[in-house]
Amino acid sequence: MADASGGEAGARVRDLTARGRTVLADRMFRLLCVGAGLLVLVVLALILLSTVREAWPVFRLEGIGFITDTTWRPNDPDGPDGPLTREFGVLTFIYGTLVSSALGLLFAVPVSIGIALFITELAPQRIRRPVTTVIDLLAAIPSVVFGLWGILVVGPALVPVYQSLHDLLGDVPVLGSVFGVPVTSGRGFMTAGLILAIMITPIITSISREVFGTVPQDEKNAALALGATRWEMIRGAVFPHSFGGLVGAVMLGLGRAMGETIALALVFGGSVQIVANMFASGNAMPAVIAQQWGESSGIHREALVGIGVVLFAMTIIVNYLARLTVRRAEVRMRGAAA
Amino acid sequence: MSAAPSPPIAPPGRTPDLTEASVSLRRRLVDRAASVAMVLAVLLAALPLGLVVYTVIERGAGIVGFDFLTEDMVRNARRAGGGMAPAIAGTLIITAGAALIAVPLGILGAVYLNEYGKERPLARSIRMLADVMTGVPSVVMGLFIYTAWVVVVDERTGFAGSLALACLMLPIVVRSSEEILRLVPDELRQASLALGAPRWRTIVTVVLPAASSGLTSGSLLAIARAAGETAPIILTVGITFNLNWSLFDGENTTLAAQIFDNAGSSFATAQERGWGAALTLVTIVLLFTIIARLISGRAAMKAR
Repeated sequence: MADASGGEAGARVRDLTARGRTVLADRMFRLLCVGAGLLVLVVLALILLSTVREAWPVFRLEGIGFITDTTWRPNDPDGPDGPLTREFGVLTFIYGTLVSSALGLLFAVPVSIGIALFITELAPQRIRRPVTTVIDLLAAIPSVVFGLWGILVVGPALVPVYQSLHDLLGDVPVLGSVFGVPVTSGRGFMTAGLILAIMITPIITSISREVFGTVPQDEKNAALALGATRWEMIRGAVFPHSFGGLVGAVMLGLGRAMGETIALALVFGGSVQIVANMFASGNAMPAVIAQQWGESSGIHREALVGIGVVLFAMTIIVNYLARLTVRRAEVRMRGAAA
Repeated sequence: MSAAPSPPIAPPGRTPDLTEASVSLRRRLVDRAASVAMVLAVLLAALPLGLVVYTVIERGAGIVGFDFLTEDMVRNARRAGGGMAPAIAGTLIITAGAALIAVPLGILGAVYLNEYGKERPLARSIRMLADVMTGVPSVVMGLFIYTAWVVVVDERTGFAGSLALACLMLPIVVRSSEEILRLVPDELRQASLALGAPRWRTIVTVVLPAASSGLTSGSLLAIARAAGETAPIILTVGITFNLNWSLFDGENTTLAAQIFDNAGSSFATAQERGWGAALTLVTIVLLFTIIARLISGRAAMKAR
């Protein structure tokens, strides 16, 4: 192409098709990109394959009991010949993960939706960016730093608060068992839930913000023109439109909370128990892996990998459903806006 | 709507009261309360950020100094003193290794999604699974690299940590880069193709440079997140007390892993070192984050 001389141009139609080497280079580059894209699928498949393979012995040994039993006895307490054997039941940790995540959502969801509404509906244009930046910075703080802060500052500081709540509500029938006697370190379900709430607020906020952003301006204007106050406009026009997306955002937050490892390894207290008392200590699946990894070997280590497999399955399902919900909601919104 | 029977019209001579005063007190109060609640939510989220940063600075500033940044670590947690140099070096090389793996692959993956795949079924499922993959817990990535790499080569190295962090970064880089590539105007591509440039040269010399600032800031954000990851590191990298600048030779450690170790200790000396390491790590991470924001802010300005 480049060497076509000007003199002949008039007489000959120039060949504008690509030649051999160019075609080859194009193919190679395309292949490279497809390969990089496929890497995502490959890694996900490999995660499942190699962790399941490693944990297989413990799954064979425990069967369904791995996720339905509450006894976690990684070492032989009375030697290899004693009556007690090693047992690997992780239900306690599943309970800890679910309860702490639920507490985290309980605190984080209203706050996150409030922030998202503030940014999209209330704040003057000038301060939207700074507020968004502050929330994003919250996501930038490493989780181990939250853990350090939680174990050395927040936990001890909350003990008097827990104590007074217990004194206040301890004798009420049902509430009494939920607000039980606090542990002295302050490390437990409630502290774990609070730290989780801080850590998942940024992601719930940012997805909610996107979802609120897709509400058609016309509908908001219509609500305001009918005489609605701003809050009535939000309730009547914004919420109904964004419900599906919000559900997705909350589920994404749940996925994050379930996978949070290091902060919980520090602030959860590390007990193996299923209790209603939110001020007692417990443990979560990922936290157990991080805590016991260094001292584990053999089947104990395989059991820890097994916890990872269960955790992987749970988070993948939650995240997949969440993304599906958000995507569906966004597609519907775009349809409504057009 | 316009064809509907006309709405009741106020009697002539009197205009309806459209000011806020006509809204009932209850509705006005509810509206005001909702606004206040929103502002409170923002403050409630900003509070922990302020508290964490303040505490880390207050408790960490006392111990962070030249010695802390350059000395080897003490083996006995009870002893005072000692530095974090091995952890700082480890954080830098492990994160850099992860970035060298994940950023090029992630950008190429994004190029596939935006330039070749577009709405094809394969591209759509990759996009979906990349989103799902961002939600895979970091500890699972650590277990993956442990079972697929550390067990196989039978050696803990910084490189294993780099692999685990790269797996965490990959989907983030893919998705953020794709968003950026989508913003590159089609006219640029068409102009380049019309001048006779093949597809790959168009992408390498026109599309990617046009998106460079956005790609840089997205990658920096992913790097900042990876630098603070702990769980994959403690599963795959091991521990060292002396400076080890090698990714492939010998065990290593990072600031995040050191914070975790020291936070669980009951010795005040260890806790102090934990705060010092936290201050160092937060400084590094926030520096990366702020640089990323500045770059993307400038890019947005330019685009406007």
